[in-house]
Order: sequence, then structure tokens, then C-alpha cells
Amino acid sequence: MAFERLTERLQEAFRRLSGRGKLSPADVDEALKEVRRALLEADVNFRVVKDLLERIRARAVGEEVLKSLTPAQQVIRIVRDELTALMGGEHAGIQFASRPPTVILLCGLQGSGKTTTAAKLAFRLKQQGRRPHLVAGDLYRPAAVDQLRVLAKQVGVPCHEGQGDPVEVAAQGVEAAAQAGADVVLVDTAGRLQIDSEMMEELRRTRDRIQPHEVLLVLDAMTGQEALNVARTFQEQMELTGLVLTKTDGDARGGAALSALAVTGKPIKFVGVGERIEQLEPFHPDRMASRILGMGDVLSLIERAEAAMDQEDAQRLAERIREADFTLEDFLEQLRQVRKMGPLDELLQMLPGLPAGAGSLKGLQVDERELKRVEAMIQSMTPQERRNPQIIDGSRRRRIAAGSGTQVQDVNRLLKQFEQTRALIRQMGQAGRRIRGGKGRKGWGGLFRGRR
Amino acid sequence: MSLWDRLRQGLARSRSGWVSQLKKAVAGGRGRIDEELLLELEESLLEADVGLDGAEAILDALREAAAKERPSTADEVLSLIRRLMTDQLSEHRRELHQPPEPPGVILLLGVNGSGKTTTAAKLAAQLGGRGKVILGACDTFRAAASDQLAEWGHRIGVDVVRQEPGSDPAAVAFDTVQAARARGMAWAILDTAGRLQTRTNLMKELEKIHRVVERALGRPADERLLVLDATVGQNGLSQARLFHETVPLTGLVVTKMDGTARGGILWAITRELGLPVKWIGVGEGLEDLQPFDPQAFVDALFAGDGSREVP
Ligand SMILES: Nc1nc2c(ncn2[C@@H]2O[C@H](COP(=O)(O)OP(=O)(O)O)[C@@H](O)[C@H]2O)c(=O)[nH]1
Ligand SMILES: Nc1nc2c(ncn2[C@@H]2O[C@H](COP(=O)(O)OP(=O)(O)O)[C@@H](O)[C@H]2O)c(=O)[nH]1
Ligand SMILES: [Mg+2]
Ligand SMILES: [Mg+2]
Repeated sequence: MAFERLTERLQEAFRRLSGRGKLSPADVDEALKEVRRALLEADVNFRVVKDLLERIRARAVGEEVLKSLTPAQQVIRIVRDELTALMGGEHAGIQFASRPPTVILLCGLQGSGKTTTAAKLAFRLKQQGRRPHLVAGDLYRPAAVDQLRVLAKQVGVPCHEGQGDPVEVAAQGVEAAAQAGADVVLVDTAGRLQIDSEMMEELRRTRDRIQPHEVLLVLDAMTGQEALNVARTFQEQMELTGLVLTKTDGDARGGAALSALAVTGKPIKFVGVGERIEQLEPFHPDRMASRILGMGDVLSLIERAEAAMDQEDAQRLAERIREADFTLEDFLEQLRQVRKMGPLDELLQMLPGLPAGAGSLKGLQVDERELKRVEAMIQSMTPQERRNPQIIDGSRRRRIAAGSGTQVQDVNRLLKQFEQTRALIRQMGQAGRRIRGGKGRKGWGGLFRGRR
Repeated sequence: MSLWDRLRQGLARSRSGWVSQLKKAVAGGRGRIDEELLLELEESLLEADVGLDGAEAILDALREAAAKERPSTADEVLSLIRRLMTDQLSEHRRELHQPPEPPGVILLLGVNGSGKTTTAAKLAAQLGGRGKVILGACDTFRAAASDQLAEWGHRIGVDVVRQEPGSDPAAVAFDTVQAARARGMAWAILDTAGRLQTRTNLMKELEKIHRVVERALGRPADERLLVLDATVGQNGLSQARLFHETVPLTGLVVTKMDGTARGGILWAITRELGLPVKWIGVGEGLEDLQPFDPQAFVDALFAGDGSREVP
């Protein structure tokens, strides 16, 4: 997959069109094909895509886009608004029962992450000062009970077990937990296909017996078009109260979340961001919208950067990184900084359109050796070239490669990565301004200022 | 009506039976492959997770073939696209790779929860079980992962090589190969921990397992199989690419085919990487593993929407 970002593609589409003067609704349709592509590549169910496009189109053919000097940005804004609106505004947490214990039932397909999520939730609730208990309700998968027991021990909460009928085991587990003073009871269940009517019936009976306050569908972020059918059936049969999206730590764009939301209308309450018990986070609609559009988890990246850089470094970098004068030298400096920000693979995953390890950033292993090469290449450039990389044509590239003992491909790659970084910084600047609401702040500068 | 209600209502429409629609469209006088028909086909491919690029490639091939063969009825169009799609999945050898000398080694890889451990058990049972096969519990990370494999081993009656949680998975792999040889086993099957393909450190760990097996065996593992969940969407391609880059794969196992997901990403994977699908998982029991049959797979893809009722 080439490095393709929706923004760039839209800009390209509009560039093609704007040569002909005023934009027409048909031109907008042309551009919306790119939006469709982005959504489909992100695994949003094609029926949901159709519906979304209709709404986006209705807004996009309005005056704002047609007359705008920056139609691509306008379209992006509308698309993001629509997605964010669909995903709900506020973060929805657990709804606690007025009379404890709050009973939470987790359900979903095989391997989606129910058991792990149950333990993660217990960990989170315990940290908030509650007394969660776990109930091992999966009696089918070999060692599923052992798995939950081991996790419960890690978290430091009781785990209730039993044998025989899973419905009875769940009911007795909830009972025992309540007796033992639990204020939240998390009930793990066996994975099941939504078309397995016997197993779905068992799940309904479990629900009727334990009367949960929350019924959470645990959904794998890598799920494809089926997410819609899965969510719909679980919703119809179980009356869900919310969703948990797991395995978002990879490069899946997670359009399944949108499909599930669309058919259930239930909020995504948490996202799983790794295998360890502390790797569960509240859901952020705006981040998810960017991610689905392939625009990267820019905000998480900014937060990570803020956490990793010390104030002085950040100030210095922020000062130098201005959209207009971000040079290849700054780029080099930035690579050095990035090395401090933690495991590179995690960081790269958050970059727009750059599945780590794939595509053009693959070569960007920020190790000592690569840094030296980048350094050598940049040093082989004239000051003018460093400030204006656009002027670096074929013969200049050959000269730089020869001068630094590298290949022309290396120079090409460097320049491409530089361009990508520059585009990213531009985006970060915008995102930062929007989110923190700081007026007149520019680029990263506004972000880092005033933080310890 | 709220926005949500409207959306839900739209989505709740029963699956419209696109094959029957298609038949109607072709029968309704159009009688050839026009753009509208292609659009309908595209949607059905998208719904099966074939992906936009994948669908375009298939439809391009269809256009090209149709120009030569000139199908005139809906059935002919359908059988043409079925044939094209079946052919692509049939290009590579799907048989189990026979080792030059025992023990043969099968290494199972994949993302979290895709079905590696269950597939390891199913394979162990199918390859002869007791006295023929040994299992290696190289997932030393996930809670009770080796207990899960040990429980399977107990049910089948095969030995499971395991170590303490948290120990080096490559060491378990090494021990398993040694034990297989010492006990005269025909096969050693190595279950590994799930890992998302973008976690470079975890992928390095996998590379090490692969290397260590090669050292212990004197050749690379005979089968290096990616276990792919059929419900996966476009990420399946990224999985195949990055696992293949880390440990050159010999094929795929597609699990959870007993659900309604159709595993359409396989076309993108086979087109780009040329990997054969060797088995499919069709349930949670030991017997629920079948050799991959491209024809049946394509039939399932085209039958999933009630079209069987259509005359
Ligand atoms: N990378 C990652 N792995 C996860 C996450 N949540 C669960 N897993 C892994 O997914 C696999 C299946 O999880 P499990 O809880 O056993 O799924 P269950 O079958 O639904 O109970 C395990 O290997 C988990 O470690 C997540 O958020 N990120
Ligand atoms: N329905 C169905 N479930 C499967 C299949 N293969 C594995 N599973 C289930 O998927 C879940 C995860 O399987 P497991 O082998 O533990 O995955 P691993 O994390 O990759 O080792 C378990 O609940 C299995 O029972 C299959 O072919 N069909
Ligand atoms: Mg479980
Ligand atoms: Mg496993």
C-alpha cells in the first residue's frame, strides 16, 4: 500500500477539478469517491458507507465547499464532523447501579478479547477504589477458567469459578461475589458466533438470570464487513449497553467500530490498546474518526511526545518547527528526538497512513546507523537545498548520493520522509490548535508551553 | 425519526439476495456485462471483505474474460466470475509439505485470538495424534496459554513441551524439536503467542524462534503457517505481508469459516503474495479442520445471501 492519505488524495482530486473554474456538485461527487475509498479501506461496512456518503454529500454540495478556496479541507472537515457525530460526543463510562453490585456481562465472538477485557476492567475499577470481582463463565474453551484465574491474580481481585451449566455458574458466581462484598461483578462468557442460535440462547438465559446493568459487546478492531451482522445480532438478542473495541494497538483502521455503532446506536465505552491488564483506555471519538480516515492518531502522538520530551527540548524544537521553515536540519533534529519517545514501532503506528513496518517509512529505522546516513546526506546538501528541498532534482540527487556514500534511492526516501513529516507537522499544528483551543498559538509551540 | 433510527432501519433491510438481483438484471434484457452490473458485483465482493482494490482486480479480469467468452446469460456471467476467482486460489500447491526426514516441523503464527492454539490441536489430531506428534507451547506470554495447549494435548493423548510462563519461547521451540527427534515423532507442531504484526519487538522474537528451529532441525520449519481469522477485514493483507516478511510463510490456515464471514481478503493476499491456503477451521472441535477447497470456498461466497432459494 502506497503512502496515501485522504487529505492528499482529496487535494489531488480538487486540483484536477479546479482547473475548470467553479466547482459543481458533480465535482464534489468525484471527490467523494476518495472518501468512499478511505472508508471502505478502513473496513466500514459498505452499507454504512453508502448512507454516510449521502449525508456528507448533502452537506458538501452546499455553498461552503463549492465556493471555498480550500475545498479539500472543507470536505475533510465535514467528513470528520459526521464521523465524530456518529461516534458520540462525550466519553461514556460504566453506568453503575444505584444499588450495588453493578453486574457487567461481556460477550462477543471467539477470540475477540472478552477475558482480557474483563481483567482490564477489573484492574481499572480497582484503581478507582472499587471492589470488582470476576466470574469465569466460559466453560467451553480449554483452560479459559485458568486464564481468568491467572489474570484475576495479577489484578488482585477474587475470581469465582464453577462447573456444569454456564448459566448456573454465572448466576452462582454473581451471587457469591455479592455475598463477598463486591460492588462490581464482571462476568466473562464463552465466545460464540452470532449465527449459533443454541449458544445465543444460552447467553440470553444467562442475561435473564443475572440481570446485568451493563452488557458489553467486545469487538476486535480488525473485524471486516461482518462487524455489522455481529453487532446487529448481539444487539437484537442481548440489548447491549455498549461496545469495547480491542486490539487497536495495531495498524487496523477500525472501521468495524463505525459499523457496529451504526447498527446498535450504543457507545463505544473502552478501547483495548495492548495485551497487558493496564492497556485499556476510554474511547475518543475524534481520534477514532481520524484513524478511520487514515489520518493517523495524531493526538495520541502529540500526547506521547509531550510526555517524552522534556520542556527545554520541546521548546527548542517547537521554536524551530514552524510550518514555513521546517528544514531538513530540523528533520534530522527531530529524528534524534523521536528516538527518545519510546519504542519506535508504537509511534510509527500512529502516524497518518503509515502502517509501521510497511510502506515508505519502513526504512525509517531510527538507529544510530540510519541517523548517520541521514546526517551524511543532509551534510552533502547545499544550504539552499536544505532550505528548499523542492529544488533537489535528479542530478542534485545523484550528487548528494555520491557525496554521502549512499544510493539515489536513499536520497529519494529521505526526501519523501521529510515531506511526510512536514505534512504531519502541519496537521499537528492544526489539531493542536483545535483541541486545546489556544488562540494564536502555532504548531507544536502552543502544545508544549505551560506543561511540566 | 432520529438519525440513528433512520440509519438502523436502512441497515436492517434483509440482505437483498444480490445473486438473484444479478440474475434478474442480466435476464432483464441487459444480457451483457455493463457498468451497472459491475457495480452490483463490486458491492457483493466488498461485502465479502474482498476490498476495493481486490474487487477492482477481479472485475477487471471479468471484463477481460467476458470480452473473449461473451457470456449471454446470468448463469454464464456468474460461472465465469466464479471460475476466475477459483482459479486464483488454486494456483499453488496446497498439500502438506513432506519433510525430507522426520520430524517434520509446523510453525503456527498469527495475531492475537486468530485460532493458533486450536489449530495446533486440530493438526496434531489429524496428523496421527499419540505417538506421532508432539506439541510445543511457545506461547509463554498469554495467561494460561500453555495450560490451554496442555489441555488439548491431554485430550488427544499427545505430549506437550512447555516451560514456565514468561520463559524464552525460542527455547521451548528448540526443546520441542529435540524431543520430537529423541522420541521418534513424525511431526512437531509449534504454537506461538499471538502478536500484532506491527509490534517490531514481538516480530523479532518470532524471527528468533524461526532461526532457532532452523538450527535445531538443520533446515527451516517445513510448514510456516499464518493462522488468519476469516472475520478479518482489510488488515488481513497487512498481517500476511508483515508475517511473511518476518518468517517466509508456506501457507495460510483460515479459521472460523463456520461463521458468516467470507474471508474475501484472501484474494488480495494470494494475488500479492502467492501463498496457498492449506486448511480452513470450521468449528471449535478437533475434527473441525478441513483441507482448503477453492471451489467450495467460492461457492460459499456466492451463496451467502439466500440465493440458494432462487430458482
Ligand atoms: N494486542 C492486543 N491484544 C489483545 C487485546 N485484547 C486482547 N488481546 C489478546 O487477544 C487474544 C484473545 O484474547 P482473549 O481475552 O483470550 O479473548 P476471548 O476469547 O474473547 O476471551 C489474547 O492473545 C489477548 O492477549 C488488545 O487490546 N491488544
Ligand atoms: N467457531 C470457531 N471458533 C474457532 C475456530 N478456531 C478457533 N476458534 C476459537 O477462537 C478462540 C481463539 O482460539 P485460540 O486457538 O485460543 O486462538 P490463539 O489466540 O490464536 O491461540 C477460541 O475460543 C477458539 O475456540 C474455528 O475454526 N471456528
Ligand atoms: Mg475468553
Ligand atoms: Mg494461543
